[in-house]
Amino acid sequence: MAMTTPPITGARDILSPDGWLAALARRSEAVVIPFCALLAGLAAFSLFLLMQGKSPADFYSIVYMGGFGSSFSWQNTLSRTAPLLLAALCVALPARLGLVVIGGEGAIVLGGVACGAVAGLLIGVPGVLGIPLMAAAGALAGAVWIGAVGALRHYRGVNETIASLLLAYIAIALMNHLVEGPLRDPASLNKPSTAPLAEQLRVGDLPGWNVHWGLIAGIVACIAAWVLIERTTWGFAARIAGGNVRAAQVQGLPVGRLIIGFTALGGAFAGLAGVFEVAAVHGSANASLAGGYGYTGILIAFLARHNPLAIIPVAILLAGFEASSGLIQRRMDLPDATVLVLQGFVFVAILCSETLYGRFRLFAPERWRTA
Amino acid sequence: MESDLGLWAIPIAMLGGAIRVSTPFLFVSLGEVLTERSGRINLGLEGTLVFGAMSGYAVAFLTGNAWAGVGAAAICGALFGLLHGLICSLPRVNDIAVGIALMLLGMGLAFFFGKPFIQPVAPDLPSISFGWWSDLPQVRAALQVNVLFLIGIVAAVALWWMFRATKVGLVIRVVGDSTDAARAMGLSPPLIRTLATAAGGAFAGVGGAYLSLFYPGSWNEGISSGQGLMAVALVIFARWNPIYCFWAAILFGAAGALGPALQSVGVSTGYYLFYAAPYVLTLGVLIATSSPTRAMTGAPGELSITK
Amino acid sequence: MTSLPFSRRSFLKGSAALAGASAFAGPAFADSHSPLTVGFIYVGPKDDFGYNQAHAEGAAAVKAMEGVIVVEEENVAETVDVQNSMESMINFDGASLIFPTSFGYFDPHILELAPRYPDVRFQHAAGLWQEGVHPANVGSYFGYIGLGQYLNGIVAGHMSATKKLGFVAAKPIPQVLQNINSYLLGARSVDPSITCQVIFTGEWSLAVKEAEATNALADAGCDVITCHVDGPKVVMETAAGRDCFVCGYHADQSPLAPEKYLTGAEWNWPGVYTRMVQTVLDGGTIDNFDRGGLAEGYIKMSPLGPAVTDAARNQFEAVKAEMMAGGFAAYQGPLMDNAGNQILGEGEAFVETDIALESMDYLVDGVIGSTS
Repeated sequence: MAMTTPPITGARDILSPDGWLAALARRSEAVVIPFCALLAGLAAFSLFLLMQGKSPADFYSIVYMGGFGSSFSWQNTLSRTAPLLLAALCVALPARLGLVVIGGEGAIVLGGVACGAVAGLLIGVPGVLGIPLMAAAGALAGAVWIGAVGALRHYRGVNETIASLLLAYIAIALMNHLVEGPLRDPASLNKPSTAPLAEQLRVGDLPGWNVHWGLIAGIVACIAAWVLIERTTWGFAARIAGGNVRAAQVQGLPVGRLIIGFTALGGAFAGLAGVFEVAAVHGSANASLAGGYGYTGILIAFLARHNPLAIIPVAILLAGFEASSGLIQRRMDLPDATVLVLQGFVFVAILCSETLYGRFRLFAPERWRTA
Repeated sequence: MESDLGLWAIPIAMLGGAIRVSTPFLFVSLGEVLTERSGRINLGLEGTLVFGAMSGYAVAFLTGNAWAGVGAAAICGALFGLLHGLICSLPRVNDIAVGIALMLLGMGLAFFFGKPFIQPVAPDLPSISFGWWSDLPQVRAALQVNVLFLIGIVAAVALWWMFRATKVGLVIRVVGDSTDAARAMGLSPPLIRTLATAAGGAFAGVGGAYLSLFYPGSWNEGISSGQGLMAVALVIFARWNPIYCFWAAILFGAAGALGPALQSVGVSTGYYLFYAAPYVLTLGVLIATSSPTRAMTGAPGELSITK
Repeated sequence: MTSLPFSRRSFLKGSAALAGASAFAGPAFADSHSPLTVGFIYVGPKDDFGYNQAHAEGAAAVKAMEGVIVVEEENVAETVDVQNSMESMINFDGASLIFPTSFGYFDPHILELAPRYPDVRFQHAAGLWQEGVHPANVGSYFGYIGLGQYLNGIVAGHMSATKKLGFVAAKPIPQVLQNINSYLLGARSVDPSITCQVIFTGEWSLAVKEAEATNALADAGCDVITCHVDGPKVVMETAAGRDCFVCGYHADQSPLAPEKYLTGAEWNWPGVYTRMVQTVLDGGTIDNFDRGGLAEGYIKMSPLGPAVTDAARNQFEAVKAEMMAGGFAAYQGPLMDNAGNQILGEGEAFVETDIALESMDYLVDGVIGSTS
């Protein structure tokens, strides 16, 4: 009997691997799994709180109140978000090549110092010219620092995780040396700093907000990084090289340039975070630059599974957690480390969920029919 | 008692510093060697170290016995290692990332539970004086050697011997070098790696207890200045050899003592740069000894960071 | 479900404040019947045996006052963190008097917030406020604790057998340099041949480095050691372990080394803070610039330890009485710095209130170490 194509029915159509539902199902895996993992992490943390005799309901309502409950809370949250976005990119971009770079903090402090140093040469220069120059200097410092990690990896085979960590320690020592030595403003008596930035070189707040322009820069950077990764041949090549370096080399991809390029770009973003800390927050470069944003950035990049667009909501979420930290201390009599514990729980849960990808038939339309 | 040693003060201070400061590095790097030889990397030992410091101090304070504190730190460290090992046994989970997560969690929990123990004074671990032959107080102080340091040396030799000559050592090495070969021999790589990570965690916990119970000998949130992370670098430096770990830890400790020692003889310009000496040194050695074309000598074949 | 851990009233107040915050530029809730909410912010843990503990003891004294609610936050970095903490205290807790206690909180953080919250008083622990330059709702207060180090030095000078003192310092900034110099000058008032070795750790709180620095000092023959770091616990314990005498700083560290502790220069924040809060409760205004020493109750000395000799005790008490009378000059000419430059000529002096002391950038002759 001759087989004929069965008439297409509505039900068949909707379950077809080529249909819109299938496309939705495939795409939703990358959202549903991390989201559920986030909930699992929060649930596990709730248990932890119960064991301490504290109410999770109180805790989360305070987090909401302190991080997202009012326009003031949102400003608190968003003012922390800017450096986190840029610091997370310093992890996410190299991660496309399979590199784990954890020394973004070093690029942030050197970016800030470079900004402070260059600002000293730009006293009479108008802001439209001066601010881009400072930004370029900071980005360059960060790019050189993290790019060096990539270069060491490619040319010498030095492990990038360890090298970036060592370079972060060295960068902080260098920053302290410069800020208290050659670059110190003699007038900065009890808090050694570079000379204060001239007024026109300061980066201001968004109109009507107490949040500086770094937030917009961070969001633009995330979008640009996403375009680079998802929509350009460079991004495509990086993904191949990240999957298998040897295969990429066999195909003639410029693996060395990719590695150095992606690490340097990540470092440039982190350096930019330092620039905004100096130009928009501190007004000069000093030891406060080592504020730990680089380390929170690692967490954010992993939670966002190194997707630059996902970094934006994840960074806002974590900034909200941190913004509510003080209120948690004061209202619930919990130590300041509570937010660190919460971050740990969520981080572990998200990483555990990596094992779930491809396990659910729901997200794999090819396997629907065999149900 | 006046004894001005001039520039001789520097080597003596570095010797003393090496003995005092190296022990946490030694323990954490031995733990990491054990873990990495089985084919996994645990970057979370910094968190384990800090939690070990806190739990060791807390238990020593509550029981009045410093060794009970060391035991508690080892147990806590083993639990963290076990957690790392179990999570990494799940398919497709990245061990480096899990390490970073557990570092965060370990530090968070240590700070969370450590608040009530910042103030109290816990008993110290005992030390043995090896400087009786010298009249110089500096030499006698430098050779005031903590028992844990000696245990660390014994452990380094024992691990070296274990990897070289025992069945357990062989099993760990096979698992670390090739998952397939291990399976063919009827071994369960995830199980062995998990156990190796747990044992490694116990070492790191003891390293933390040394920090809080002997040197500097108190618990606070700044007790570790990255010793746990640096130890991971030292393992590469030491080529996964426990004996070399000892020398690497000594070298690192001595380099760390350089800054204060130089200031005490009057070299005080640029002390931040002297303080960075251990990091520069480690990076220099890594650059000098790595190679882009071949895996590093001694590197376990299954290790993600060297593949 | 359990109720939220804050009272309904304070919650409603917080909400009202929020409503106010969104409607106007800043909240206004100076209701004379509601209790005064006072915020304290610390840069490190508030039980560090040091700088933060000293302030926290002050906060505890304020907490015991009638009609006052105290809110506290510890481990707040000198970044946008502290701005958020202050705003959060203002908006959620209704704080109208805030004591951000770390030096680095002032510029830019307090200066950023003060104009936005004109009804809130920001009291900062340092002498940075300047008339006409800084907002009127900001105030500075600080104590002449260098005098305490001078008294430390007197006792140290008597007790030192090697004639060599040690000082573990965080960073070469004027406040620290003044403490080092005062410590040595106090000792030299006992015996002009005494020297003082200083080691900078480069950080305000770094346990292992502080311990190493202390050991290096002991190796160099120093037998009375003091420090200026945030938490002196490690220095005190390590020095006592090396059989050195110790002089305390910031708070009372005598429980850490009961036999070896000589005395210590302590802040007396309970007295200062209760006085300031009482001024506000009485409807008055705190002075924008307030400083003081021993006589004004800003600083105090730890009780002398068991090892202190009678000679040391007598000179200590005599000089302390001189200081209580006011106008004490620890720095008297002729005085050279340790690089050979003249600081004070014959007959010149810096009294405790002298503004020149605030920008000290040298170590006096007899201190071994350099400022860069």
